[in-house]
Amino acid sequence: MTAPGERRRLGRFERSAALVNDLVAGYGGAPVLRDVSFEARRGERLAVLGPNGGGKTTLFKVLLGQLPPLAGVVEVPGRAATVAQTDRSRLDYPVSALDVALMGTLPLRPWWRRPTRAQRRAALSALEHVDLAGRAHEAYGDLSGGQRQRVLIARALVQDADLLLLDEPFTGLDAQSAQRLEALVERLARDGRAVMIATHDLPQARSWDRVLCLNRVQIAFGDPRSVLTTDVLQATYGGDLVQLPDGGQAVLPPHHH
Amino acid sequence: MRRAGLECLLLAWSGGLLGCWLVLYRLSYATESLAHGLLPGLVVATLIGAPLLLGGAVGLLVAAVAIAVAGRLPLVTRDGAVAVVVTTLFGLGVVLALSPESPPGIQNLLFGDILGVSDADLLWGAVLAAVLAVVLPVLHHRLLAAGFDRDSSSALGMRPALTEAALLTLLAAALLIAVQAMGNLLVVAILIAPAAAAAAVTNRLGAMMTASVAFAVSGCLGGLYLSYYAATAAGASIAGALAAIFVGALAVSR
Repeated sequence: MTAPGERRRLGRFERSAALVNDLVAGYGGAPVLRDVSFEARRGERLAVLGPNGGGKTTLFKVLLGQLPPLAGVVEVPGRAATVAQTDRSRLDYPVSALDVALMGTLPLRPWWRRPTRAQRRAALSALEHVDLAGRAHEAYGDLSGGQRQRVLIARALVQDADLLLLDEPFTGLDAQSAQRLEALVERLARDGRAVMIATHDLPQARSWDRVLCLNRVQIAFGDPRSVLTTDVLQATYGGDLVQLPDGGQAVLPPHHH
Repeated sequence: MRRAGLECLLLAWSGGLLGCWLVLYRLSYATESLAHGLLPGLVVATLIGAPLLLGGAVGLLVAAVAIAVAGRLPLVTRDGAVAVVVTTLFGLGVVLALSPESPPGIQNLLFGDILGVSDADLLWGAVLAAVLAVVLPVLHHRLLAAGFDRDSSSALGMRPALTEAALLTLLAAALLIAVQAMGNLLVVAILIAPAAAAAAVTNRLGAMMTASVAFAVSGCLGGLYLSYYAATAAGASIAGALAAIFVGALAVSR
């Protein structure tokens, strides 16, 4: 077990944290996602844009190894970890922030083993890394939305993952929490991880290193400054895209079901 | 009376601990359903002179399979399937138990007979308490992660279905053993009431388990004493005491 900060030296061997070629994925019926080819590099933030049902979650499941691809090649040389939307976890559940971070050590030991001291320390230092060291023993349900999001990121760090998948982490956060999370995401990438973030926020996506646009097929992949043209956004979001008076575009708030 | 007290302590320990996970996994309804669904198994075992544990186990299996099959029928919802199957099985058990040809004492299957607890019952109660004392701490972190967020736990390389199956197996074992002392109708009280009361007063798992066992022990022994001095039915007095603790905990938590 290495501390979250140490792993970047190991990571230098390979630039790519995920390499995907001609991926087709689905759940038994017709494929819900096809023609996906991209690379997630260490040290980069990759925005994943697309409408709900566009295949973002499916792609994440494939990268995590939860869903076998129907066709194509998916290479994830290191470990992938997910940061789910916080509203999927239960707030009435009797766990502390440290308990949740410690769940990240589960894949690192046989099932009958309890966490070691080193793993406990790693969980604490991951909480420190996300500025929550002082709240390690607070109940998870008592934390704010932004803090819960950061606890889940700490859990991913404890797994020693070099590919982090964040599923709409900014949803429901106030401006200050969002800013703080944005800075954390930048730091995670700088530490040598590949960070993939599903988002609906176009200005945010433009400020990151790469963008992947999905709408059941891959619409585009590359540098956001050249990729995010009006045509691409139109193909990605269809009618949910609105033109702003200042010349920019925005995505209508998605309807969550 | 001393034996009844010992059995009470053993079951309170098991029910208090296991109950915490049942409550956290929202398995209270499933617990009640399974307890009632295994009645015909117990009754048939008594009628043909087979061991109650065996009869109960067969009864549980039949109930589980029937619920699974009924749940697959078109137009039948999951909770509908549970309700119909359990009521049918329970009714069948009652018809068998209360027919004039049935030997006297078979009503104990419904309400339990903690005062007439046998050596074998005590032994099984001790085995259950020991198994839970070993297995629950070992599974602790997996149970915690799978109950917290099932989807993410499989992304953590866990198989939450296996963890849930382990919990259901422990539940089945606890039901089979506790049902003989507490009876088919009252066994749910010892498995659910103490943990539900504990969940109302704390949001820390360690504290919840401690409180749950403490509530279970005081409810069981309190109920037993009450039944002794007030000459009320033992099982019902215990269930009543446990329920009173639950109501008290709810009142305190507000």
